[in-house]
Amino acid sequence: MTQQTLEHWQQMYRSLWRIRIFESQVQRLAAAGEVPGFPHLSTGQEAVAVGVCAHLNPSDVLYTSHRGHGHILAKGSDIEATMAEIIGRDTGLCRGRGGSMHLVDAANGVLGATGVVAGNLALAAGAAWAAQAQGKSDISVVFFGDGATGAGVFHETLNLAALWKLPILFVCENNGYAEFTSREEHSNVNHVSAFAAPYHIPTKTIDGNDLRVVHAEAGAAIAGIRAGQGPYLLECMTFRMAGHYVGDAQQYRSKEEMAAMLEKCPIERLKRHLLESGIDAAELDAIQNDATQEVLAASDRARAAPRPDPASVMDDVYTSPALHAITG
Amino acid sequence: MAVHTFINILKRALDEEMSHDSAVHLLGEDVAAGGAFGVTRGLVDKYGDHRVKNTPISEAAITGLATGAALAGLKPVLEIMFIDFATLALDCLLNQTAKYRYMSGGQVTLPLVVRTQAGAAGGAAAQHSQSLETFFIHIPGLIVVAPSSPVEAYGLLKSAIRYGEPVLFIEHKRLYTMKEDLPDDYTLPTIGQARVAREGSDITIIAYSAMVQTALEAAQTLADQGISAEVLDLRTLLPLDMATIAQSVSKTHRVLIAQEAVLNGGVAAEIAARIGSELFDELDGPVERVGCPFAPIPFAPELERALLPGKDDILRAVHRMVGHA
Ligand SMILES: Cc1ncc(C[n+]2csc(CCOP(=O)(O)OP(=O)(O)O)c2C)c(N)n1
Ligand SMILES: [Mg+2]
Repeated sequence: MTQQTLEHWQQMYRSLWRIRIFESQVQRLAAAGEVPGFPHLSTGQEAVAVGVCAHLNPSDVLYTSHRGHGHILAKGSDIEATMAEIIGRDTGLCRGRGGSMHLVDAANGVLGATGVVAGNLALAAGAAWAAQAQGKSDISVVFFGDGATGAGVFHETLNLAALWKLPILFVCENNGYAEFTSREEHSNVNHVSAFAAPYHIPTKTIDGNDLRVVHAEAGAAIAGIRAGQGPYLLECMTFRMAGHYVGDAQQYRSKEEMAAMLEKCPIERLKRHLLESGIDAAELDAIQNDATQEVLAASDRARAAPRPDPASVMDDVYTSPALHAITG
Repeated sequence: MAVHTFINILKRALDEEMSHDSAVHLLGEDVAAGGAFGVTRGLVDKYGDHRVKNTPISEAAITGLATGAALAGLKPVLEIMFIDFATLALDCLLNQTAKYRYMSGGQVTLPLVVRTQAGAAGGAAAQHSQSLETFFIHIPGLIVVAPSSPVEAYGLLKSAIRYGEPVLFIEHKRLYTMKEDLPDDYTLPTIGQARVAREGSDITIIAYSAMVQTALEAAQTLADQGISAEVLDLRTLLPLDMATIAQSVSKTHRVLIAQEAVLNGGVAAEIAARIGSELFDELDGPVERVGCPFAPIPFAPELERALLPGKDDILRAVHRMVGHA
């Protein structure tokens, strides 16, 4: 490995840990009753977030699903402001209006998470259309789960994106489940990539738990999109290690299935590869420690931040201040 | 001064706004071909198919697309061919479009106009004739506009495009062929302000969209009978201009609200409730409503006429309220 590629992979290794620790911290805070609502963790799916977002600029637009913490951190949003939003603080990305399922960081091109499964797809296509119409080289990336492919708007959006040759990357994180129901019970179509063919959208199904594969394939797909080749659908096979939402004991999954999933942990796999490439175990431990300290310190700052002022509850329903006091 | 039909003057408004602001883009089913009613006819020749975009019949996706584009710097004007099909766009309008600014804590603006067409006329029947504005006035974050004439449509559409909020713009198909003069010294209306369409002193008739024309006809007949009716044109259903309503009610002390939609939970119900709580002392009698009986819109002309509220319903209600002259 050259010094440059070495640093690159160390950087990515750190990104994976940041997300893993962040999600564990959300889990801990949720268990302690500090997180309103019901956050969905991306634990186990970190390689998709990191591998794809490594190719994005701040001006590229990112849309994500209800399971979006990892994508947003991987795109470089501030850890403290993200955590502050998830625990409902005034210093949060959305001043405590959005929470886990509605994270937006517009300045960083994160136009948002959504609580409506598949509700993000057409919006992401809209961002791609805007970039195309304004002659920008920015692209739009949208992350969604396998469950979203049951929605009509998924198919409508694929059709539109192909027809208008929009600069958009569709990234499906196929974790085999939508809530508590397996893919097999949702559709006869096993692979989401199969939906791309009728619209002539190039596609690939890849191992989403191998960061090196995700990074390479996303890089190639995004290069094509930036070159004006239109949309691409990347299906990343992955695993939802922490259940559907915090507190889901996943009793609908077998012991064997859970054990096999742990074997495929994306962080362990990158670690094995880096060790085989001659990187010192101590160095990797230091990276992990650093990331842990960074996230926990940010989380502590977020927890110390003020809560929103109840008097501000009507702010930003409308842009025009004149409309703020209306009751309908 | 030039005479315009509703359809042509809408086209003129779109044309002017597109030439004034390169961020304005049109999209919808058939819009490059002119749309189902010809409102956008010819604009593709002037602005190109990159600014006047035909879409597939995918109401959910095109509404999401327009919303996403507005969040990313365009000012889309989306056409939903019939409000009856806005139900297919409702998830996006309700859960995304209207809430995005709020959910993001004010990080984004969403300058979007969704033009749609509503109301009964000419046997369009149950799935192409509805007045569904009530669905939308229930959504914080939206603006709902319903113009009552060609000139009103011209001004309100231009104001809506410049307004910078998500606006649902409801055109009544019965008004499409109506003609009106556009005064040379015309100034654009302010979104959110109602207008006094006819002054009067005995009773206030509050209406919007095509029902304003019906109310004006009724007011003319009432004048011949010695009853002076003031007609308020709401223009915007969300927000409601309660100040203008209060001014009129304080003068006439009687209120009739006329709408084409069924009455249950409707615009008139909302206004009646507010007048009841905010202006109770001004009233000489109960607030009354005229609206559509609780049935789907039928097809045959006799049935359509039998169901739809019209001038006679307004006259009967006013006579009940003020007594015969
Ligand atoms: C339109 C809609 N229907 C139902 C739900 C409830 N719900 C939340 S997440 C989820 C499963 C989504 O599965 P998938 O898209 O595979 O994403 P994953 O949770 O596996 O990441 C469901 C049904 C919802 N949020 N939105
Ligand atoms: Mg899933």
